[in-house]
Amino acid sequence: MNLKRFFAVVKARNIEFFRDRSSLGWNLLFPILMLAGLSFVFSGDGKAVYKVGVVNIGSVQSTFMETRYVDFIDYQDKVLATQKLEQHAIDFLVDFNEKNYWVSQGSPNSYLVEKIFIGQHNDFQRLETYGKKIRYVDWVLPGILGMNMMFSCLFGVGYVIVRYRKNAVLKRLKATPLSAFEFVSAQLVSRIFIVMFMSSVVYIGCNLFFDFYMLGSYFDLFMIAILGAVSLISLGLLVASRSKSEELIGGLLNLTSWPMMLLSGVWFSLEGAPNAVKVLADFLPLTHLVAGARKVITEGATLADISYHVMALLIMSTIFLALGSYLFSWNTER
Amino acid sequence: MTEVENSLNDTKNNIIEVNRLVKTYKGVQAVDDISFAITKGHCFGLLGPNGAGKTTTIEIMEGIISTTSGQVLYSGKAISKDISQQIGIQFQSTALQDFLTVQETLNLFTAFYDHTLPHQQLIELCGLKDFLDRDNRLLSGGQRQRLLLALALINDPEIIFLDEPTTGLDPQARRNFWQLIKNIKAQNKTVILTTHYMDEAEQLCDDVVIMDNGKIIESGTPNRLLAKHFHNVFIYLPKAQVPQALIDKHQWVIAHDRVEISTQQVEETISLLIAAQVPLDGLQVKSPNLDDLFLKLTGHSLRE
Repeated sequence: MNLKRFFAVVKARNIEFFRDRSSLGWNLLFPILMLAGLSFVFSGDGKAVYKVGVVNIGSVQSTFMETRYVDFIDYQDKVLATQKLEQHAIDFLVDFNEKNYWVSQGSPNSYLVEKIFIGQHNDFQRLETYGKKIRYVDWVLPGILGMNMMFSCLFGVGYVIVRYRKNAVLKRLKATPLSAFEFVSAQLVSRIFIVMFMSSVVYIGCNLFFDFYMLGSYFDLFMIAILGAVSLISLGLLVASRSKSEELIGGLLNLTSWPMMLLSGVWFSLEGAPNAVKVLADFLPLTHLVAGARKVITEGATLADISYHVMALLIMSTIFLALGSYLFSWNTER
Repeated sequence: MTEVENSLNDTKNNIIEVNRLVKTYKGVQAVDDISFAITKGHCFGLLGPNGAGKTTTIEIMEGIISTTSGQVLYSGKAISKDISQQIGIQFQSTALQDFLTVQETLNLFTAFYDHTLPHQQLIELCGLKDFLDRDNRLLSGGQRQRLLLALALINDPEIIFLDEPTTGLDPQARRNFWQLIKNIKAQNKTVILTTHYMDEAEQLCDDVVIMDNGKIIESGTPNRLLAKHFHNVFIYLPKAQVPQALIDKHQWVIAHDRVEISTQQVEETISLLIAAQVPLDGLQVKSPNLDDLFLKLTGHSLRE
């Protein structure tokens, strides 16, 4: 590893990124638009499907349980269930044995489910969750930022490497003493810098308008974000390790990113999702990035508390990077 | 010096030797068992039409692609990764990183090498001064080639590979580029050049190898090759000026609207034309060039 060569490539790649104004603007604008749009949409009439927590669901017999478009999730532990409500993992919580229910104050979903519920049961005691109110926008923030990081990491690394390979920039670099390892790690470091810089700008900028909820430490949030970025960049390097076609890499990157967008808990909680989906989601790096960041933000978790996600990201990064370096091709043969 | 001494002397000065090189791509024989040697300090030309195997051969010599069989020796030793410190390469088609300026591109490549030329010297040698702060994407064809040449020279290499460096340039830019290459040759560097422009090879090369279909069909110095294959010069006259009887009598060739007279004795032929009262307006005398040689050797033109 020659540091002079390595830093020269890091620097050149950073210059290229920041001078590409249209792409830079889009990278900043996209998450802001998403956040603004979502906070607008969900401040109104809410989602079509509601998630209702039920304490000890086995013993319950009620026509409320037959309401359509509602997922009912069983909780044995009432404290845990109220926490889930506070964190917007569920919209409503009811305990049929003690005849009381909890709503999340200020949540449109919670309000609507309450209306449905008291249409059938008007003798239950109403309770509200405690603590600072977590809005949907607070809950969805790590998802949106994580998703934006995912696109930036996968496409920013994968696409660029394939373009370099196709138009022979890689071939020109191979003709110099630069090694594949120096090149690949320079791409990694450059993209970490870019992604963390952009995400920080978006977070700090949006925080001025939304005043985000934050229970945990910013350092822990930063660390889980870096780990997430490393694993996603490594995945991008792996996907782009051999391809020479921009069409193919576009397809492969979409194939990689869409399952994460849908299954990694970006938009809605996986609480109550089928077990198979949860298992699948566990193999996606974005799941661990979003879940870890969300726990730091909404539960005040420390890195030790989310060690499962930290370990998952570390293991995935190692596997992706090792495979990516092994398979990497300058692809100079015609 | 005898023939044997000459050849011994050559071997000692060979900086690169190519031995029985073969390269097959998915069943296609791109390079078919070729061998040649390059003398230190010479400009060596690899000539041939598109698809002859020039680029494959030169890229194997650069260590960029692997051989199917055969070997390339640098001063008697096999290629290693270290060779990239000692050689300079200008590929046929190279994209430069977008959004970097010419100066930044020089900085980037400077960082890759242990030993580099001062930028001032490169900028002067390749004439980069006027567009040093311009984005790579905005360079003209000639400016791009000059920057690519500067990148090939950045590590002050002993050996410089140029793969069709003037393809796509306008005539003036080509002439400027030739002058740059002559300046490099003057520093006693070895230059290896592929081209399908015969005038370029005649201008620049000390030795040439002519390739067609992956094989070497002829090699030597341009002058020696021409002398070996052509004893005549060509005289051209507009067809309308020459009586048909005269053409038939001497079996002269009609090419397009001109009469082509091939002769060893120019003066004698002209006397003959004057005696026959043929007007000499539009008369041209032309020595055969490498284009003619290629046509003669392969039966098809170099640009085909």
